[in-house]
Amino acid sequence: MSAVRAEGLGRKYRRRWALSDCTLDIPAGHVTGLVGPNGAGKTTLLNLAAGMLPPTTGVIEVCGGVPGSGADQLAKVGYVAQDAPVYSGLTVDEHIELGARLNPAWDAGLARDRVHRVGLHGKQPAGKLSGGERAQLALTLGLAKRPELLLLDEPVAALDPLARREFLQDLMSAVAEHELSVVLSSHLVADLERVCDHLVVLVDSRVRVIGEVETLLSEHHRLTGPRRELGSLPGDQEVVAASHTDRQTTVIVRTTAPILDPTWTVGQLGLEDLVLAYLSKPVPNRPALEVLR
Amino acid sequence: MIEFYLDGRSGLSPYQQLVQQVRHALRLGLLAEGDQLPKVKDVVAGLAINPNTVLKAYRELEHDGLVAARPGVGTFVTATLAGGSLAALGPLRQDLRRWLSKARRAGLDEESIEALFMSTFRSASQEDIA
Amino acid sequence: MIWLTWRQARVQAISVFAGLAFITVVLLVTRPALEATSEFSDDEALYTATLLAMYLLPAVLGVFWGVPMVSRELETGTHNVAWNQTVTRARWLGTRLGAGALTAMVATGLLSLVVSWWASPIDAIAGTDPEASFEPRVAPLAFAARGIAPIGYAAFAFVLGVVLGMLLRRTLAAMAVTLVVFTAVQVLVPTLVRGHALPATEETVVITMDNIRGLSGRDGMLNKLTVEQPAGAWVLANETVDANGDVAATLPNLSGCLPPPPTDRGAAPPDRIGVEQCFDRLTELGYRQRITYQPASHFWPLQLIETAFFLALSGLLGWFCLRRIRLLH
Repeated sequence: MSAVRAEGLGRKYRRRWALSDCTLDIPAGHVTGLVGPNGAGKTTLLNLAAGMLPPTTGVIEVCGGVPGSGADQLAKVGYVAQDAPVYSGLTVDEHIELGARLNPAWDAGLARDRVHRVGLHGKQPAGKLSGGERAQLALTLGLAKRPELLLLDEPVAALDPLARREFLQDLMSAVAEHELSVVLSSHLVADLERVCDHLVVLVDSRVRVIGEVETLLSEHHRLTGPRRELGSLPGDQEVVAASHTDRQTTVIVRTTAPILDPTWTVGQLGLEDLVLAYLSKPVPNRPALEVLR
Repeated sequence: MIEFYLDGRSGLSPYQQLVQQVRHALRLGLLAEGDQLPKVKDVVAGLAINPNTVLKAYRELEHDGLVAARPGVGTFVTATLAGGSLAALGPLRQDLRRWLSKARRAGLDEESIEALFMSTFRSASQEDIA
Repeated sequence: MIWLTWRQARVQAISVFAGLAFITVVLLVTRPALEATSEFSDDEALYTATLLAMYLLPAVLGVFWGVPMVSRELETGTHNVAWNQTVTRARWLGTRLGAGALTAMVATGLLSLVVSWWASPIDAIAGTDPEASFEPRVAPLAFAARGIAPIGYAAFAFVLGVVLGMLLRRTLAAMAVTLVVFTAVQVLVPTLVRGHALPATEETVVITMDNIRGLSGRDGMLNKLTVEQPAGAWVLANETVDANGDVAATLPNLSGCLPPPPTDRGAAPPDRIGVEQCFDRLTELGYRQRITYQPASHFWPLQLIETAFFLALSGLLGWFCLRRIRLLH
């Protein structure tokens, strides 16, 4: 089953396309990272999936239904927006009350346990909480609703390292316990590497790469060698990024076939380098050469 | 019971690190037959990693015949990695000592010795694979 | 949803009702003094205050209850919380809109009840004495501060606030625009709608010394006169018409109608005989005075029509709100 399925999805704000031609299939039961520069369309995609926005073009299906299309669909998806907004005039307990009254599937025990474990005080007004506490409260609201899919927009961006670690620990525990699907956007690739098993890279409002993290890491290689033109590379090696000095060429390629050219030094890429390679400008297409053996 | 950790600079993916740490523990005798590996939810809560990562690591160890999963109970060690009998370790250690003193007499400093060892080790491993 | 609506609006609701309680106490205390007299010039300040309170309450409710209902959520980002619970936006808005409009109507209705009761001695005099210094109930000044019409105003102002808050998305700007629009509507409705809601009564009378009330002229020439108006009525026109029934733009140059201009020795005594002759002459020429008015008996029918009008307007705006909320982001 798909957690999020999109075909030709696009969203236009006035004159600018925030997201265009987005086709993806995010499987259920996994934690998928959404990564890309600011303005690439991450928040737009999450908003579309949560039903906060209607699409301009294309189709999107979330947990088998149309986003925002009624109470049943709303129950399936939890959303924690950027900066974890909360009602500053309501206390922590009142937020939990809000969740209990507005969600039939509310898990009061889970909410209580989490509030206690995270160290939030029930009578505290939410406006006085720190960034980390607010994020934890918003996460509690999202989790106790018992959704099938949880969407998180840069949930740890403004948190200090300890708060960030605690937040991710709690999120992963919840995933382990409840078999939750998660899509989270983030800038911090180190976190994504621990937490995500699937990845979507968005650049310039388009999907650049999508897949399982382990597969992506095994398919991408850094090739270093004497300076050469890229047209001489075999066609089954997709060039993602390239740079040259006067004597040396460094290329990042994606391929499932082994690299047989002995003049290349082949290295593995970390997730951060992989993402950065896609974030840089795309390499213009070159004619494919048959692989000569 | 062992405790896992993740090294951000090791160059290995998280699941590979977990596998490596279990194998290392087995070699050092920190894990013996019948010992239980940490529960998935505890590893997840402690390290903030994806549960699938832990499951994948445990599955690979199971595939290698080192552990076995008992549904509802946990994952338990079924074999050890003595890596050859303890008897072989002694002479190997002595050979290594002799080689090290040879390298030092040849004028290699510590980093050069390490680089020489690692590059030879790696190319030898690749030859094994190819 | 009711719980959440109450919890979020608690402070605003309590402050408004506390204010109303205070006003009620003041009016309760001062009422006995009103009953005891028929001369109300001492109470003018309080009377004006009650008028102000009645005018302001619907506006205040629209601006401070209605506008923030949606715009505050959008500004603080809490719509991300509210619209991701298992509640559709229509239900979320519908409950808040309904509860808020109802409470606004109740609050304004109560104030209107108290104010109308307090002012009833004054209204009684204004309704029977054509020379009274206070406006009768059916005239615009007091009409908007009596009866059930304010209930309609409150509902309209509230829903208007919600709509503008939703469209403009910024609380302060929406508050200002709501105030302006509401005031404009309140100014326009008496002139454009209310006067024509029921057919006005027309009376044509002969101009005599007994019923003449006002004369004005320029350069010794008469150009305007008004006669006695019926008690307790809302006068729309008090104009001179000629023999054909058309409004006389200018009056014939008859001598003696106006008192002579004051000289250095002071104002001369009016020449009664001359003025009377002047009026007789006017009457001979076919001039009459036509008074167009809404009588006091039209007070309740006009109130009902106006309330219905504003409630219908509110309903329309409310329906628009519910349709539009689904498109918001």
